[in-house]
Amino acid sequence: MTDVATRVRTAAVSLRGAALRFGERTLWEGLDLDVEPGEFLAVLGPNGSGKTTLLRVLLGLQPLHAGQVLIGGRPPARGSGAIGYVPQQKALAEDLPLRARDLVGLGLDGHRLGIGLRGRSVRRERVRAALESVGAGHYANAPVGRLSGGEQQRLRVAQALVGDPSVLLCDEPLLSLDLAHQQVVAHLIDRRRRAADTAVVFVTHEINPILPLVDRVLYLVDGRFRVGTPDEVMTSATLSTLYRTDVDVLRVRGRLVVVGADAHCHPEEAP
Amino acid sequence: MIDRLFTFAGTGELLGQGFVQSALLAAALLGLVAGVLAPLIVARGMAFAVHGTAELAFTGGAAALLVGVSVSLGAVAGAVAAGIVFGLLGLRQRERDSVIGVVLAFGLGLGVLMIALYPGRAANKFGLLTGSIVAVDSTNLAVLGTVTVVVLAVLAVVYRPLLFASTDPDVAVARGVPVRLLSPLFAVLIALTTALAVPIVGAVIVLAVTVIPGAAAARVTASPVVATLLAVLFAELALVGGTVASLAPGLPVSGYVATIAFLCYLGCRLLGRQRA
Repeated sequence: MTDVATRVRTAAVSLRGAALRFGERTLWEGLDLDVEPGEFLAVLGPNGSGKTTLLRVLLGLQPLHAGQVLIGGRPPARGSGAIGYVPQQKALAEDLPLRARDLVGLGLDGHRLGIGLRGRSVRRERVRAALESVGAGHYANAPVGRLSGGEQQRLRVAQALVGDPSVLLCDEPLLSLDLAHQQVVAHLIDRRRRAADTAVVFVTHEINPILPLVDRVLYLVDGRFRVGTPDEVMTSATLSTLYRTDVDVLRVRGRLVVVGADAHCHPEEAP
Repeated sequence: MIDRLFTFAGTGELLGQGFVQSALLAAALLGLVAGVLAPLIVARGMAFAVHGTAELAFTGGAAALLVGVSVSLGAVAGAVAAGIVFGLLGLRQRERDSVIGVVLAFGLGLGVLMIALYPGRAANKFGLLTGSIVAVDSTNLAVLGTVTVVVLAVLAVVYRPLLFASTDPDVAVARGVPVRLLSPLFAVLIALTTALAVPIVGAVIVLAVTVIPGAAAARVTASPVVATLLAVLFAELALVGGTVASLAPGLPVSGYVATIAFLCYLGCRLLGRQRA
């Protein structure tokens, strides 16, 4: 605790000796990790390696079995304003009674009790600013169910940022988007962390769309893990050790191609 | 035939009667609470659950009739039990639908059997399905008024998290909204409303006014506030309008209420098509 508290800059996310188990299975243990403000951490690994569960720990939804987790020097709390959350894109019902501005507004105060009659002008202004910041101002009044997947994910970023969080947790936010929209959404997240020193924890199974943005990688495989820069972790030697089988990492035109890891995945073990 | 269905001869006179005014007040109270609940019911995809709840209120009422206790009490017990079961099923649509179907079919069959075994007046039996709004007494009104206040008060407290959980459950969970707790709570609110409305207006109307106004509003607006106001307007239009229209012909209100609600929906669908 003291080593974290006395640091000049408190880590945005800090894990010490963190362990998580499901029954007999250990997802990971002995995890030590500090994510600094403004840092972009990609969390990679096969299905069932505990990537999403790590996000649940940081969200305060899942307790650790051992060790300690701190968000900005404090234990995680449900509904904490320090955290913004960007989910996967999912189809929304076309007649969902919700406009773009309402979706973003829920990110600000949707977890609070009451109907929210006070502070409406401040709220409206913050929602407007968040919509503008992701270039969604012109469809603020559109029903969310009628927007495209890319438009919806822009709103998701705005929804996560409207509360001005110090940590942004992203759970496969680029999944099912086309390449152009992947770039747009990744860029929005990157711009935010540079502008506001927001730490980003980005869970993904595909590093390439965000490779130029990533500072460090946490790679999880069957309870083993490695933390380091992409150049340190995304190598044939490191991934072969992690997967305990021959894995080749090829660089093709600035993209990383991992060969041999897929055979080792155990999607059916996903919790 | 048409003359019989649409006549207002003597309506004015009837409106002066105490029992008619009680009926209109009951209709207005129900319209308010049903209209407020309707958009959330639609957002949560709970139309079928409401149907199941209303039918289980009928089963509970029939059981109460048979054993000789208060029908309202039986309806509340049946509806709340159904509501809690359906609420605990959460938002997983497929599983929920089949369970509701199973419970609903069994409950309905049981209810019909108990009605058949009931030796009393036939009007009491029929009343559970079509209601007997002109038989509203001051006790009914007091209970309905209380429930209206309770439901609106609870909604005022949990409205935002409930809207969040209903429209955007994944992010709501991540933001710490107790989604699993809200689901049965909302189901109980529906159950209370349904149960008290069933003996007064009948199971048929409860369905017409707890689902249709929300579905209609969702066709023309995506604003949660406007949708709620519109749904209340449609529900009041159907319930109060339907009650008034049914007075002179002396026919059950169900047909009138359901028709007005349906026309609102049809109009909204046409308007909504132009909007798109």
